[in-house]
Formats: sequence, C-alpha cells, structure tokens
Amino acid sequence: MSNPFIVLPVILQLATAIIMIFFWGKIAIQKVLSLLSGVVNLGIAIWLFGLVWRDGIQVMHAGGWEAPFGITFVADVFSALMVLLTAICGIAVSQYSSGSIRDKLMKFGFYPIFHFLLMGLNGGFLTGDIFNLYVWFEVIIISSFVLITLGGEKIQIEGAVKYVTMNLLASIIFLTAIALLYGLTGSLNMADLSLKVAEVNNQKLVNVTAVLFFIGFGIKSAIFPLYFWLPASYHAPPPAVSAIFAGLLTKVGIYAILRIFTLIFVPDEFMRELIGWVAVMTIVTGALGAITEFNLREIFSYLIICHIGFMIAGLGIYTEIALVGVIFYLIHDIIVKTNLYLMAGLIYKIKGTYNIKRLGGFYKSYPKLTLLMAIPLFSLVGVPPLSGFWAKIFLIEGGFAAQQYIMVLAIILGSLITLIIVAKIWAEVFWKESVELPKRDYIKYFHELTPKKQYAIVMPILALSMVSLFIGFGAEYVIRVSQQIAGDLVNTSYYIEAVLGIQNKPAP
Amino acid sequence: MEILLVIIIGMLYGSGIYMMLRRSLVKLIIGLILISHGVNILIFLVGGIVKGHPPIIDGSLQVLTDIYADPIPQALILTAIVISFGLQSFAIILIKRTYKIVKTDDLDELNPQGEEI
Repeated sequence: MSNPFIVLPVILQLATAIIMIFFWGKIAIQKVLSLLSGVVNLGIAIWLFGLVWRDGIQVMHAGGWEAPFGITFVADVFSALMVLLTAICGIAVSQYSSGSIRDKLMKFGFYPIFHFLLMGLNGGFLTGDIFNLYVWFEVIIISSFVLITLGGEKIQIEGAVKYVTMNLLASIIFLTAIALLYGLTGSLNMADLSLKVAEVNNQKLVNVTAVLFFIGFGIKSAIFPLYFWLPASYHAPPPAVSAIFAGLLTKVGIYAILRIFTLIFVPDEFMRELIGWVAVMTIVTGALGAITEFNLREIFSYLIICHIGFMIAGLGIYTEIALVGVIFYLIHDIIVKTNLYLMAGLIYKIKGTYNIKRLGGFYKSYPKLTLLMAIPLFSLVGVPPLSGFWAKIFLIEGGFAAQQYIMVLAIILGSLITLIIVAKIWAEVFWKESVELPKRDYIKYFHELTPKKQYAIVMPILALSMVSLFIGFGAEYVIRVSQQIAGDLVNTSYYIEAVLGIQNKPAP
Repeated sequence: MEILLVIIIGMLYGSGIYMMLRRSLVKLIIGLILISHGVNILIFLVGGIVKGHPPIIDGSLQVLTDIYADPIPQALILTAIVISFGLQSFAIILIKRTYKIVKTDDLDELNPQGEEI
C-alpha cells in the first residue's frame, strides 16, 4: 500500500539537525530541541509500527517513479521495528549525553551530528533500494567518524584511525558487490533483484557476489575474522557515543545481512556452512577475548562480538524458528547493549575508573543503582524471565530442530562464558570492598553535577531497563512480532508483491 | 576495450591494497583512494561499454529498440565519487591530527589497546 508518510522519521531527524545547526554553540537550546525531536520521533515510530502491523507492508515510490525504475522506501514489520528501536535508543542516549558529556565537547556540534546519525539509521532501515542502502550507510559512518573523534585526545584519535580505515574498506567492498550485482542483473531495487538473481546464468559469480556482501556487511557487524577494529575503537569515545555505536551501528550490519540473505540471495549449502562456521568462531573468540580484559568497556566490546555471533548462528541455521530467535535476539541485544554502555559510563562518573580490578563496593554505597544495573547484566546472561532467556531458547530450539549441534554447542558455550564474565564483573565491581581511588581533576564526578544532569544520566538507564523488563515479562507480544517478521523473511512474496505490484508476483 | 579496463581495475585494486598494508599513515590513505578509484571504474565497466550512443532515446519512441548507453552507472559513479571525496577529506584531516598528536608516521607506534585508567 502506498503511503508517503513512512519517510517521516528520516525527514524529522533531518529537520532537527538542520535547525540545530542554526543554533550552533547554544547548547541549552540544542538540548531542548533534541528532547522534543526524540519524543516526536518515538511517537512517529510507534504510529508507523502500528500502521504496518495492522495494514501490511507500506511502500513509497520516491518521485513517483514506479519500481523497479525509481527508488522505493519500504516499511514492513522488520523495518518499522528497527525504526522503533532506533527511536527508543536515540532518545535515551540523547538525554544521557545531555547530562554526561561536557559542554566544551558539545560545542563541537555533537547534537546536529547525532541527529544526522539517527537520520542515516532511519533511512537505512526504511530503504528498498540497494544503492540507496549504500548511501545511508555512508551517512551513518561519516556521522560516526565525527562522533568518535569528539574531543580530539590521543586515545580517541588512535581509536578513530582504526575505525575509519575499517569502515572505509567495508564501504568499498560493499560498493564492489553492488557493482557486480548490477552488472549481473541490471537492477538495484531489492524486490526486483530477488526475482532477477534466480534467473542469472552464471550462478558461481552470484555466489562470489553474495560472499562479497557478507564480507562488507560483516566488517560493519563485527564477525570473525573482521571484528578487530571494534575492541580497538569502542572504548575511546565518551560513554554516550559508545552506547549508540554499540546498540545500533553493528545491528545495522546484521539488519542488512538479514535482508540480503533472505530476500536477494537465499543461502545454499555452501553459504550456510560458511555462515555457520563464522558464527561459531565469532562466539568463541568474542567470549574468550572478553575473559582476558579488565577494562569494563573492553569487556563489553568483546561481548558485543560474542552476541553478534549468536545472531549470525541463527542465520546460518536458516529455519523459521531460528530466524524468530535471531529477531528476538536483535531486539533484546539492541536495548541491552546500549544500556550496558550507559551503565559503564555511570560507573565511571561515580568512581572515576573503568578498571574492574580497582572498582568495588558499589553495592554498599549505591544499592538502588546496583539493583537497576542488575537488570541489563542478568538480561545479557539470559536469566529467566528476562529478555535474553527467550531469545536463546528460540535459537537453541532452532538449532536442535535443524540438527546443527555444533552451533547449539557454541551458543551454550557462549552463554556460559557470558555468565562467567558477568559474575566476574558483579563480584569485582559491586560486591568487593572498595579501595580509595585517587581523585582525578579532569573528570567531573557524579556528585559534582547538578541534580538535573544527575537525573538526565540515570533516567535513560532506568527507561531502557524498563523496556528490557517489558521484553522479558511481556515476551508473548515480542514473540508474536518476531514470528511475523520471520515468516515475512522466509516467505518474501508479500514484500515483492507490495513493492512491484500484483502482476510481478513470483510463481508459487 | 573491456580488457583494458579490467587490467586497470585490477591494478588499482592491487596497488590500493598493497598501499593500505604499508606501515605509514599517508600510504594508508593513498591506498584507500586508489581502491575507491578502482571501484568507480568497476561500476563503469559493469554498466556495459557502449561506444557512440547517448543515454537517451528519441522522444517519439515508446519502446527502446536501438542500442543505448546505460545512464544508471553514471549516476552511481557520481554518487560514489562525491561520497568518497567527503570521506577521504575527513580521513586526511584525521591523519594530519594524528601526526600532530602521535608525532610519527609509523602505524606501529599507535597504541594497540586503551591505556589502563
């Protein structure tokens, strides 16, 4: 169904960013604008999700050009869900940053660039054209380049060089793959490609193109052996920036992999083997990397990698139950990873260090905050009835049903090592006796902040924990959404029919 | 003609990747620039090289019967050039700043892990 309003999230973020540029340097006004835009974006995202859930897939043909000649924007349930999650994490991180990032750094244009980042994310999730996806990826990475170098100190510049290089390489590989795909099929529209790829004579070249897409998106989503830029760079920027990167930027890669490998290239035996082995290695190396680290944010960086491996494992199994697990895991992971990084930032603000060997005594001094922080940590492990549990159950069930026992073993091993790591963090940070830490003068400690800023830091963590609890306790709603999405991903004829019209429906 | 372009693309990709693997910051950027040139010419090549025909058809025709040049790769290449120009300019300024802070061009001198804080 044609609806021109589905690109409203993109236009809203663009308008917000442009208006904020006119108020460059006036931080107070930018903070109010950001809060306003965050609330409106959340409202639009909820409306869009409700519309798509009720009425089916919505499309918009840009400029009135019919698909497959023009660029199409498609909002199916998967896209609307990702836009909703972006809106939730966006408003949480923008509020957190209003309390935690120093005003001196804000004056470098943090808020406009942040909203350009959100615009790129919304655009990437809503597009139905593969070159347009490349353009939105570039918008995302250039905004993330600016955010990761915010402040310009030595650690940030060093992390930024690695981040910039790997992301530029990923874009180039992605563009190579698009070029090859265009040369083979002559189309750029995702729904049209889904029909045309099956008709290409040279299927071996199609496999090569599929692997190139996997590598390009794999660098962005940090799979083995392409993930080494992530632990080298995610500990460098301010905590709010790390949080939005951890929660959303790797998941854009996962979203793109899911779209490409369910819609355009249906993985054959070789691809599924490849994806499966990559997933197993990602889980194992991510988990083992996390055990060796003592910096809280480094531990979380390796845990991102480990949990990306879970989602890739579900894709490698490639049955409908496994895809339900992947979608549920995606929802759970976006909220939890953002929350974990925000939480790490709060611990840093209170204590002054990220090193878990020197932290301690958190439970004794801040029992209520400890309870709040327990929710994302235990969700990460998968303690029932929190959100991680349901996601892992579906993945393991899918693995058993498809007799992929090595992947089930890897998932269980990854969960076990996550448990060990979270137990270590819990014991070191929260239970251990606290030591007297030297007061550093370049950090503005938590107790030195105004109450408004203190609320701004704690409220997003509380809100995201509430969302995690809702996903966990209200799992039946999320399971229904995930099943709908998994069904749409496996049975792509609804998507193709919505974009190209009835007459081009593929033969059943 | 196509074989010449294929050789050029191969040389650009190869030299770009070779430069990226060097130990110097400046050579890293030069490598990235060479690879993005390679990708642009690849897009040009896969669009089909047609000599002497414009990418437009006669206004009176409804169906395309004659040979024409594909207009889409030109749009893709232009977009890719502009995007990579913006990204490269950012990367060059980043390298200038890195040199000012780290005081060396040697990539091995960059701190591999975060400092203990």
